[in-house]
Amino acid sequence: MAFEVVADSLGAQAKDSSKTVANIAVRRRRETIFKICGLLATSFGLITLALLLIDLAAAGFPRLSWDFFTNFPSRRASQAGILSAWVGSLLVILTTASIGVPLGVGAGIYLEEYGRRNWLTSIIEINITNLAGVPSIVFGLLALGLFVYGLGTGRSIFTAGLTLALLILPIIVVATREAIRAVPAALREAAYGIGCTKWQVTRDHVLPASLPGILTGVIIGISRALGETAPLITIGALTFIAFLPDSPISSEFPFVSFSWLFDGFTVLPIQAFNWISRPGSDFHANAAAAGIVLLAITLGLNAIAIYARYKLRKKLQW
Amino acid sequence: MVSRISPAQMRSRRIRERMIETLLFLCAASSVLVTIGIVAVLLVESWGFFTHVPVATFLTDTMWTPLFDNPRYGILPLLSGTFLSTMVALCVAGPLGLTAAIYLSEFASPRIRETVKPVLELLSGVPTVVFGFFALLFVTPLLQATILPNLPGFNILSAGIVMGVMIIPYIASLSEDALRAVPQALRDGSLAMGATKFETAIKVVLPAAISGVAAAFVLGISRAVGETMVVAIAAGQQPNLTLDPTQPAATITAYIVQVALGDLPHGSIAYQTIFAAGLTLLLITLVFNIFGFWLRVRFREEY
Repeated sequence: MAFEVVADSLGAQAKDSSKTVANIAVRRRRETIFKICGLLATSFGLITLALLLIDLAAAGFPRLSWDFFTNFPSRRASQAGILSAWVGSLLVILTTASIGVPLGVGAGIYLEEYGRRNWLTSIIEINITNLAGVPSIVFGLLALGLFVYGLGTGRSIFTAGLTLALLILPIIVVATREAIRAVPAALREAAYGIGCTKWQVTRDHVLPASLPGILTGVIIGISRALGETAPLITIGALTFIAFLPDSPISSEFPFVSFSWLFDGFTVLPIQAFNWISRPGSDFHANAAAAGIVLLAITLGLNAIAIYARYKLRKKLQW
Repeated sequence: MVSRISPAQMRSRRIRERMIETLLFLCAASSVLVTIGIVAVLLVESWGFFTHVPVATFLTDTMWTPLFDNPRYGILPLLSGTFLSTMVALCVAGPLGLTAAIYLSEFASPRIRETVKPVLELLSGVPTVVFGFFALLFVTPLLQATILPNLPGFNILSAGIVMGVMIIPYIASLSEDALRAVPQALRDGSLAMGATKFETAIKVVLPAAISGVAAAFVLGISRAVGETMVVAIAAGQQPNLTLDPTQPAATITAYIVQVALGDLPHGSIAYQTIFAAGLTLLLITLVFNIFGFWLRVRFREEY
């Protein structure tokens, strides 16, 4: 009786091990299949990106001409251009950068170099993490309720620039903090040792050492702001603008004018959105052409940033 | 020659230091003001809305027609649109992002990893309006020509698919971080027991990193919920209480865009609807974000 049980279990084991031998081939095959799947999944994004570029180029490339950049939008698709859109984008981004960069870098410096570990600093930190997760359109609602109607800045370039600056604030703060954290403490201590004040240490040693990293974050933030559409539509950016904002350079003293800040505007992504929403393939071709311009700028900026970060990682050896 | 600093210089230096610190603090504190501003604006404008429309009606009515002559204010159709597009996006980005993350973290050579990751990052640099164009004028016609000949021109499905592609890099990179954080000893142990690399990845590494992966999914969902332009362009702007992704339907975000494109008088109830919708949106994303961060921190395995 006992013997039979043992024999049975031995038999089962023998069967099991033969199964295992056969299994190894199966298991290897499973691994190969997964590797192929992994490669496909990883390249899926790249394939989509390629398809998107091809699709866009096929639809929009014929529309890209000098006129396309120098014409205002028009009722006739073949004459419509992106002059007001690219000028608007440029001015909005200028405003965004001049507000967002000092604010973001300043906040980053404070949190890394000055902030003491107390409840106030942790509230600010948690808050910035949270802000990064707020949908962009909610920033548009903030701007509509607070800036456009509350402070009366209107549907202007200034409102748009301010809104986008707040939107990219978390990106710049996080990048600044990471760049500053990478600066070795020895550098600071050496500077303190020869009698520098905190600000002197920060300005003359920490900031220059972390500048490349900060710039990378700034570029990514700017490129994000360039492509943002939803918050600007929410504040009521016009979609059809056939005039340019006031020139920033004037013939009279002091030769610069800031009246453009309070002009109406449109930007590239809104112009593209406007053309997409119209029926008819003529306008769709315009949308594709505007998309190509936009994509060239944002992807170019991103590529610069990614390349710079890559170079930076290689070079950074303290 | 040693230059000495006079007490007066010392004092002015201290004052300057104090001023700079205050200035930097104000920069940091401004981010808190932004949050307060967002919450205040949404609450104040929504308050006006909810004095007209009871919260119960808002949450249970099945029609959303604030711009019609006999307005109905039920958020459910917008929620169903948001839910559907997010689910479609997750069905695309979840498996693909996770598979890519496992591949990159467990199988790919460092060289492949170093090349692929930047390109994936590039994908997240594409403006959403371009993705919308792609969804409307490439994915929808493609689906119509192949598997779904009766698909309407505007539909949740293609918007969701493209949104999924958009959040692949996000889910992939967060999941990969979680997988890479699993200590090598665990893998070595599993491999030494005779498991294949694939078995190690699925049965040892993935379970050990599951909370980080779950967090990546939850944060990806939050992204998809707040995404605007793709759905506004490709999913149509008709509120539609449906669970069929081949239908056109508006999401919360698409509704806000639609209203903002028109010219609504400030202070009207229709104007206030977009703030009520925005408040709903913010609450949903907030819940997912907090849940995601909680998952990441709470279940982070310490080895």
